[in-house]
Amino acid sequence: MTASTTTLSTLSDEEISISREFDAPRHLVFDAHTKPELVSQWLLGPEHWTMPVCEIDLRPGGSWHYVWRYQDGTEMEMRGDFREVEVPTRIVHTERWGDEWPETLHTVLFAEQDGTTTVTRIVRFPSAQARDAALATGMMSGVERSFDLLDDLLAAVA
Amino acid sequence: MATDPLSATFAALADPTRRAILARLLEGSATVKELSAPFAMSGPAVSKHLRVLERAGLIKRGREAQWRPCELDAAPLEDVVEWAQRYRQFWDASYQRLDKVLDHLKESDHDR
Repeated sequence: MTASTTTLSTLSDEEISISREFDAPRHLVFDAHTKPELVSQWLLGPEHWTMPVCEIDLRPGGSWHYVWRYQDGTEMEMRGDFREVEVPTRIVHTERWGDEWPETLHTVLFAEQDGTTTVTRIVRFPSAQARDAALATGMMSGVERSFDLLDDLLAAVA
Repeated sequence: MATDPLSATFAALADPTRRAILARLLEGSATVKELSAPFAMSGPAVSKHLRVLERAGLIKRGREAQWRPCELDAAPLEDVVEWAQRYRQFWDASYQRLDKVLDHLKESDHDR
C-alpha cells in the first residue's frame, strides 16, 4: 500500500488543517498519538532526530512536553496543556514553541470509517493580541497564496 | 509590531489587495498608476500598500520620482513557502513512520 498524502489546507484566516488517513482502527491511531512510548517512535519529523523526552499527562488541565535532539546535539522543545480529552475521538491542546511563535490551539480529530482512520489536526493561531492576529491572518492566507505565487514565479524563471 | 523578517512578510501578505498587487507584478514591473487601475482605489491608497510591501522586502521600487516602477522581489516569499513546506514535511515524514508503528500495533492487537 502506498502512503497516504498529508494535506495542508486553509480553513479560515486563523486556522489551517493538516489531515492524513491511516490504515488502522481508531483506537490504535489514538493510542499512537497519546502514549509516550509510541509517540516517541514516530513524531520525529525529518531524518536524524530522536525524542529523548516525551511526557504526556492526558487529561483536561494536564500538560505535555516534548524534546527533540538532532544528531549533532541540537535540541528543540515544545510544550502545551490539554484542554479537552475525549477518548478516542478528540483532543484539544495548546502548543508552545518558545518566544518566536505565538501559542497555537490544536484540535485533533480521529474519525474511523471502514477500518481507516482519518486524523485531522486543526491549528488555530491566536487572535487575542492584535499583533498575533495580524500575523496569523497573514500567515494563513499568505501561505495558501504564496504557494500559487511561487508556482508562477518558478514557471516564469524556468 | 512584527519585527522579524518572516513576521513582516506574513503581515504584508495578510491583505488581499497586496496579494493582488504581487500577482500583478509577476507579469512584470508596473507603475503606481498601472497598479491602481484594477482596484477601485486611489493612487495614495495603493501607495500605502506599496510601502508595506517595500518594508517587507517583497518589492523594489525605481528611484525616478514620477514613475517609480515597482518590481517583485521573491526572496522573502520563498521563506514563507519554505516555512509552510517544512511544517507539512515535518508531519508527512512523521506520519510515514506512524504507518509502520500502526502496522506493528495491528499485529499485536490481532494476537490478543
